[in-house]
Amino acid sequence: MEVLQEGIGEALGWHDPDENREWVFKNKSRELKDKRMSVKEAVSKFVHDGDFIASGGFGHVRVSMAIIYEIIRQKKRNLAMAGKTAVHDLDILTGAECVNKVEAAYSFGHELRGLSPASRRMVEGGQCKVVAETSNAGYQWRWLAGMMGLPFIPTRNLLGTDTGKYSCSKVVKDPFTGKPINLVPAAYPDAAFIHVHRCDIHGNAQIDAILVEDFELSRCARRLIMTTEEIIDNELIRREPWKTCIPFFVVDAVVEVPYGSHPCEMPGMYYYDEEHIAEWLKLSKTAEGAEEYFNKYVFSVDSFEDYLELCGGVKKLNYLKRREFLEEPMIAPWRK
Amino acid sequence: MAIKGIAEGKYNLREYLAFSGASVLEDKKSVFVGTGLPIIASMLAQRTHAPSLFIIFEAGGLGPQIPELAISVGESRTFHRAVAASSMHDVMSIAQAGYVDYGFLGGAQMDMHGNINTTVIGDHDHPKVRLPGSGGANDVGSFSNRLIIIIANQSKRTFVNKVDFLTTPGYLDGPGARERAGLAKGTGPYRLITQLGIYGFDEETKRLKLFSLHPGITLDEVKENSSFEIMIPDKIETSPEPTEEHLRTLREEIDPAGIVLGK
Repeated sequence: MEVLQEGIGEALGWHDPDENREWVFKNKSRELKDKRMSVKEAVSKFVHDGDFIASGGFGHVRVSMAIIYEIIRQKKRNLAMAGKTAVHDLDILTGAECVNKVEAAYSFGHELRGLSPASRRMVEGGQCKVVAETSNAGYQWRWLAGMMGLPFIPTRNLLGTDTGKYSCSKVVKDPFTGKPINLVPAAYPDAAFIHVHRCDIHGNAQIDAILVEDFELSRCARRLIMTTEEIIDNELIRREPWKTCIPFFVVDAVVEVPYGSHPCEMPGMYYYDEEHIAEWLKLSKTAEGAEEYFNKYVFSVDSFEDYLELCGGVKKLNYLKRREFLEEPMIAPWRK
Repeated sequence: MAIKGIAEGKYNLREYLAFSGASVLEDKKSVFVGTGLPIIASMLAQRTHAPSLFIIFEAGGLGPQIPELAISVGESRTFHRAVAASSMHDVMSIAQAGYVDYGFLGGAQMDMHGNINTTVIGDHDHPKVRLPGSGGANDVGSFSNRLIIIIANQSKRTFVNKVDFLTTPGYLDGPGARERAGLAKGTGPYRLITQLGIYGFDEETKRLKLFSLHPGITLDEVKENSSFEIMIPDKIETSPEPTEEHLRTLREEIDPAGIVLGK
């Protein structure tokens, strides 16, 4: 195939498919074993300095925040992160100096809430590097190539643009149509974190919502930490196996963390904690403020339960449930 | 001069833009929407003249009846009473395969061919302002049959000769450029809405061409607020105005907290 254009971006998480197969063969167990462990253990075992990491969910939705806070608590450094509509997670990880490299599809913003003061400060100050640009579909299909054990996936986006030029893709002449076509390379994150509604002790998981990119991300990640609202019996998985969207053999750790997506949304369970997000957006306007936030909500608490107490406890959580079911009006404290 | 209804205190600019966005959407078509005003405009269209508008969200929401403004294009409101809650792979695939009639995006900077920047102001590696990037915008702009763009603040600064970073493809450098780059045939920008008017793109040159002026806006204002020359048609229409019912729907049903529309 004739290469027409090569993107100048760094291909984070790239491996030759043969090399990755070998890694999978050696390191991913096919045994149906008990994978339960604590947040602390999961992060110290499967997240290492310099890793390429990725969060499941989307933006402020169904994000494994318990793991994100633990990464900050354990002071992991030099992480590269998939900016695949990574919003709150990437913002606080960058603000806490854990992440210093990003391949950006959508990053450094909080959608309608505005731009992210902390991570923008780090990017504009040069402490965090954007090593490649891409689009949401671009990322999505990098995972797909990885999951399929293929070196790349042909796509018809990114073409003709600077997003393509700064991406890690290549444009070639398609041997079938003769037209230019974009190729996105496979990506295999070193560690991914996905929060689900329920799973069994082996990691067979059900998600009662849009899957976003998690079908593919779960299957291409080398290590997958699964946090779950609830652990259910394997028998319940087997009764309705069509509901399993992530199977056990791609899962490395199962961590039960009720409300583990807070302050992000868990569809069908609890809505965003806008007050908490507003507090972060306000504090993170300065480096000192961001530090104050981390001291208050990460370093001074030992467990996720203590963190939830600090955020308002049962009263707040019940409110977030009513808000999810449209029983409370919208609020936007970050607009003030 | 301001839009007539704004000067008269009937509505504000963001309400007018949401209404204008809704007015260009047709019933029984699909629309792939980005965050902010495009969501509100699509919700308004669905609640007024386009009840069968098929709304699509990149994260997997297909055909929702959105109960209140969604803060994120991936939250539960985006698949509330939907026909399917699927995945990004599914949505992007059907878009790439041709099922999307309209794409609907906001932008920070645009050139005469409808190329949009939402990535960076200044140099990429030493940014003056780092913006969020493409998100799904490059995909929406690549795959949708007809792209609708909203830029709320048309000025010499936002209507530029060359965007600082070409995030999302318009007509690139002119006629035939999309096809030469490998983008799908027959796709591209269709309408642009700003605080001054509604624009289309000239069939032959693929350049921005005025379609209608908002009531109370002059042609001079349109020309003054652009770094490039905007094509002017022989006959200029006047953009429609919202009714009381449109405004009530926006204020009471869609965004009662005034998050996007303001108070």
